[in-house]
Amino acid sequence: MNDMTKVERDLNMSDAKIEARGVNLHYGTNHALKDVSIEIADRTVTSFIGPSGCGKSSFLRCLNRMNDTIDICRVTGQIMLDGQDINAASVDPVQLRAQIGMVFQKPNPFPKSIYDNVAYGPKIHGLAKSKADMDAIVEKALRRAAIWDEVKDRLHEPGTGLSGGQQQRLCIARAIATEPEVLLMDEPCSALDPIATAQVEELIDELRRDYAVVIVTHSMQQAARVSQKTAFFHLGHLVEFGDTGRLFTTPNDPRTESYLTGRIG
Amino acid sequence: MSDKHIVSSFDRDLEGIQASVIRMGGEVEAALSQAAKALQTADIDLAEKIRRGDAVIDEMEVTIKTDAALLLARRSPTASDLRTVLTVMEIASHLERCGDYAKNISKRTIAISGQSPIDGALVSLRRMSSFVERMISDALDCYIQRDAEKAREIIVRDTEVDEIYNTLFRSLLTHMMEDHRNIAMGMHLHFIAKNIERIGDHATGIAEQCLYLVTGEFPDEDRPKKDKTSTVFDEGPV
Repeated sequence: MNDMTKVERDLNMSDAKIEARGVNLHYGTNHALKDVSIEIADRTVTSFIGPSGCGKSSFLRCLNRMNDTIDICRVTGQIMLDGQDINAASVDPVQLRAQIGMVFQKPNPFPKSIYDNVAYGPKIHGLAKSKADMDAIVEKALRRAAIWDEVKDRLHEPGTGLSGGQQQRLCIARAIATEPEVLLMDEPCSALDPIATAQVEELIDELRRDYAVVIVTHSMQQAARVSQKTAFFHLGHLVEFGDTGRLFTTPNDPRTESYLTGRIG
Repeated sequence: MSDKHIVSSFDRDLEGIQASVIRMGGEVEAALSQAAKALQTADIDLAEKIRRGDAVIDEMEVTIKTDAALLLARRSPTASDLRTVLTVMEIASHLERCGDYAKNISKRTIAISGQSPIDGALVSLRRMSSFVERMISDALDCYIQRDAEKAREIIVRDTEVDEIYNTLFRSLLTHMMEDHRNIAMGMHLHFIAKNIERIGDHATGIAEQCLYLVTGEFPDEDRPKKDKTSTVFDEGPV
């Protein structure tokens, strides 16, 4: 997709930021995703929910080709970012991951200073022309991740010295420093306490103004709180996808109903 | 889908509030039929008993709403569980209002005791009250049975109550215009009729909650209104 200008991409795209068609994923002989098709809208929070092993994290990892690193993993079907196939030979996965950032379950700051954690991505992608440029990028990312005020006086202290919630927001700052278009979050709050969770959820709501955010969560209430669209996965199938409000009050599929209400399906 | 939650105490909480609302429904049905009986037989003692008994119905509403709020806070119900809790709360409100109407009918029964009622009015009131008693009891049944089809039928039935009420309204108006000594009795009987007509509206409300519980949707069209008395002014004897 790097060979297209922004205007060309805009002309080419449908309403969806990401469009997946007939995605199948195998880990060796295990068929983990079965014909998943979904359209993920821009400037929207989409949550993926479902029991453990349902394929939601695997599918999330397909969206920025994180599964490339797993030898036995085979992905078929099409995943388009702004109408361009992300698995095309011409796409550089490193460049792709700058466009589609990711935040993981456990905060994983680099063993570097807070500043360097955020500056790392922009540096390897050559986004800053000068030290002043980089300072501005780092400050902007930390501000957008709602952690600037807490760290501005200690930018050169190690990122690992922050609290869990601060570390997670630092990781979000690191992910958005490269100006991605999509932000993937794999259970970003499961290692955080309720206050830190609320701060990250507030941040997710802010980030929605600029990005398509996709979040995998085991907390159904979190999905209900933060997302506008919800996708329910079960045994590798995308069972139901729709407006979060509708899905949580009147799901169409009995499997969704069973899972949401905590019944044995 | 299994009927049972993985957490069995969740089932007990949900069953608990539904059982409470059904019990409350039983109390309200009894109050309505006894209020109608007290009116027909001019039984002041019975009327007095119903008047005092309304406090029990009010208490039941408070208990149901407290339990429902607790369930919302502790269980964060979703989907059909959420709709169950929401509809239980709504139905408790409808039933509480019906209880108030039964109480008001009883108060008026006491007020008009010893006076001779306007011809034919009691017969119409008996027809109306037995009609709405059946509506309330059917609405609660369809809620228990999760029967959306039956709920739709009950909603339509409300127009018949409105029609009996319209006729009675005009007849009472005529009597009051013909002889002003009928006014006090006419006003009381009219308020009783209006109370019964409102109970019919609440039965419809309960049926609508049943529809929402089952389908997740409320009926789209405004239900047919046949009560036209709010636009009547001195049309002369009818």
